[in-house]
Amino acid sequence: MLEFPTWRKAWLWSIAIIAMLAALPSLLSATSIRWPEALPDPMVNLGLDLAGGSHILLEADPREVRVQRLENMEENVRSLMRNAEPRIRIGDVSTRDGRLSFILDDPSQIDRAREIMLPSMNGTGLVREWDLSVEDGNRVILTPTAEGIDQAVGDAMESAVEVVRKRIDELGTREPTIIRQGDTRIVVQVPGLQDPEALKALLGETAQLEFKLVDQNALPSDVAEGRAPPGSEVVPYAATSDFAGSAIAVRRLGGIRGDNLTGAQQSFDPQTNEPVVNIQFDTDGGRRFAKLTTENVGRPFAIILDGQVLSAPNINEPIRGGTAQISGGFSVDTANRLAISLRSGALPVDLAVIEERTVGPDLGADSIRSGMLAMAIGSVLVIALMIASYGRFGIYATVALGINVLMILGIMAGLGTTLTLPGIAGFVLTIGAAVDANVLINERIREERARGRRVVAAVETGYKEASRAIYDANVTNFIAGVLLFLFGSGPIRGFAVVLIIGLFTSVFTAVTLTRMWVAGWLRKARPSDLHL
Amino acid sequence: MRLLKLVPDNTNIKFLKWRIPFFVVSILLIAASWALVATKGLNYGVDFAGGLEVRATFTQSAEAPVAELRNKVESLGYGSPVVQRFGEDNQVSIRVRLPDEVSADKEAAQDAANDIVRSLQADYDDFRLDGNDNVSGKVSGEFRQTALYALLAAMAAIAVYIWIRFEWQFGVGALFALFHDVSLTLGMFALFQLEFSLQIIAAILAIIGYSLNDTIVVYDRIRENLKKYRKMPLPELLDLSVNETLARTVMTSLTLFVALLPLLMFGPASLFGMVAGITLGLFVGTYSSVYMAAPILVWLGVDSDSFVPRETAADEQEKKARGVV
Repeated sequence: MLEFPTWRKAWLWSIAIIAMLAALPSLLSATSIRWPEALPDPMVNLGLDLAGGSHILLEADPREVRVQRLENMEENVRSLMRNAEPRIRIGDVSTRDGRLSFILDDPSQIDRAREIMLPSMNGTGLVREWDLSVEDGNRVILTPTAEGIDQAVGDAMESAVEVVRKRIDELGTREPTIIRQGDTRIVVQVPGLQDPEALKALLGETAQLEFKLVDQNALPSDVAEGRAPPGSEVVPYAATSDFAGSAIAVRRLGGIRGDNLTGAQQSFDPQTNEPVVNIQFDTDGGRRFAKLTTENVGRPFAIILDGQVLSAPNINEPIRGGTAQISGGFSVDTANRLAISLRSGALPVDLAVIEERTVGPDLGADSIRSGMLAMAIGSVLVIALMIASYGRFGIYATVALGINVLMILGIMAGLGTTLTLPGIAGFVLTIGAAVDANVLINERIREERARGRRVVAAVETGYKEASRAIYDANVTNFIAGVLLFLFGSGPIRGFAVVLIIGLFTSVFTAVTLTRMWVAGWLRKARPSDLHL
Repeated sequence: MRLLKLVPDNTNIKFLKWRIPFFVVSILLIAASWALVATKGLNYGVDFAGGLEVRATFTQSAEAPVAELRNKVESLGYGSPVVQRFGEDNQVSIRVRLPDEVSADKEAAQDAANDIVRSLQADYDDFRLDGNDNVSGKVSGEFRQTALYALLAAMAAIAVYIWIRFEWQFGVGALFALFHDVSLTLGMFALFQLEFSLQIIAAILAIIGYSLNDTIVVYDRIRENLKKYRKMPLPELLDLSVNETLARTVMTSLTLFVALLPLLMFGPASLFGMVAGITLGLFVGTYSSVYMAAPILVWLGVDSDSFVPRETAADEQEKKARGVV
């Protein structure tokens, strides 16, 4: 047990030193000394609770995606049937219960209709996206498959993450972390953000811009009661618009979506000096916009943002330049935000902020300072107690403890893990566990000496007998740590990380290293008695 | 230099003599804890209850206007807030639990937090927002669930491990000791109405780890002595084991305590609950290792054969075969 050949010593020391070296860049970053740039610089990340920043959890509502998909399919089917040769007339179109159904005026066309629609049943992917069935000979029912919906939601989330990233980049924040979590969630972490409210407002804006024709046949009394003629829907005015509180009816289909924009800028209306947003369509969008405005000169169309009408101006002349101006009672701020949102693209799903944690940078710095102070005082007390109790063996334990703390930092830096506020408490507990290992060993050596064993035998037995309990205790703590990591979130995970890494380093330093030192001392000094 | 010895050599305290009264007291404490949790309830923080917590500093004031803030926030119509000093005298935490019908709206906590912060910023020039936690009802429900799973899974996994490494009686004993520790900690949080947050779950898991550490040290010694002193009556053997490990128990508890104490006194305010929980668990855990984990072994009937049964049986057969007996 006490044999330490040179190669073994070298091996143990190199593990300790490499792990400690990895902690150096993190420690130096707190001082003014620069770490040479040519060298690798693993760093311990500070959690948001220490560094300051915002953690925002967003959740998408997948219902949105389903409705959208159904609507697109309806439009698709209508145009397929219209353009079929000969034209297939359909009626009684409904999108209730999450499926699309309609009847053919001429049942004999059913096979032809099925043939035309078949390519649309399978999307771009490998999964079957829609089930097509026929009832009573002439009613066609299209039901979205579960896989199809999953894929659509998945795609929507993918692009939502991209949109979120673009919007945050537009704010000029540094090093944001944007991760998709689970099926419908996105975690956004932004360090040191000054104004989380602006960020949240930006993320909350779906920015789904639509241009739809106003249904002029709708009776105002019906619209006021929320009823619209077939093929139309009632849309309320936005709170910022001049007609807030009222609503208008618009044609459900045949409008244009603001998906294909190439640019959007905040600007001012030259006449009224009101803040507005100028948008530019891409070629395809421009062409469709020109078509819509050309065919409907003299009629009003509604500019709808996220299900609310901003304004409903008359189309005075065809707009062919591919640009348009959106007004709607904006302030400079809201116009600017809308411009950013439109530039980065509409969110394909509505995102709601379901959790937010923000820590101001001042508080984070305070926490680090007082945490460090407490740790320093605690360490001094522990060291004093250890040396007073175990003399030379206490010094070994103390040095091991120092190496232990540096190794934990180094390994955390190497793995790129995050130090959180609970992580600091984890450090304290690890110190406790490491010290306990030494206490166990030293008390056992004392005991063995009291039973009359000779020095070397007592030390050997002490380490051997104590190791068993240390091993068992560490495994059980490891179990608790792993569960904490699996179930915990954010800061709590930081606690678990320190705990788990600390278990390994504690055994290494408090048992292996001290044994090496004790063995070296016994060999050199050959003491006849232990001062323990 | 004489070395410090907290516990004299060769102590012979009859711990187990009092095992029945202590056990009864422990059971009563566990029952009282659960009664407290049931009647007073845990003071759930926003993590588990949903709602919002705003932390702020009044940079130019010596003291934060706690009572005034309470009225102001209440007048905004989000129910009655908990306004407490947090850290320094001029720092506060404002906690609002949203009524159920409101928290059905996923962003209710968000909107309320924005509203409160905006109105306080308007009213106080030196209001500095230090941070806020807004947790919707949905997320807090998930937190409650995962926290419960984590605790149950940890206790179960650990008991199984001990059962494998020792004997089933030890597994039951350790599990019971852990149950005792967790119960008393929860009871303490209910009694003093300390904020119960995610951090406290971490604290409880740390307590579980620590208490178990203690239990294992005692168990390990019991196992060793069971093999060594085959004829010794169990209560006596348990006493011997506890006494032999007493120096270590006291020393370790003390070192951990001196490490935790500064964190409790000077550490960040946001860590207070967690550190207080761990410190409390330190005492509870040490006690339970001696008075819960060990005596249970007497009742569950552990003996030397638990660790050397097969050898004995094999030995005897061998002896019989040789015709020795």
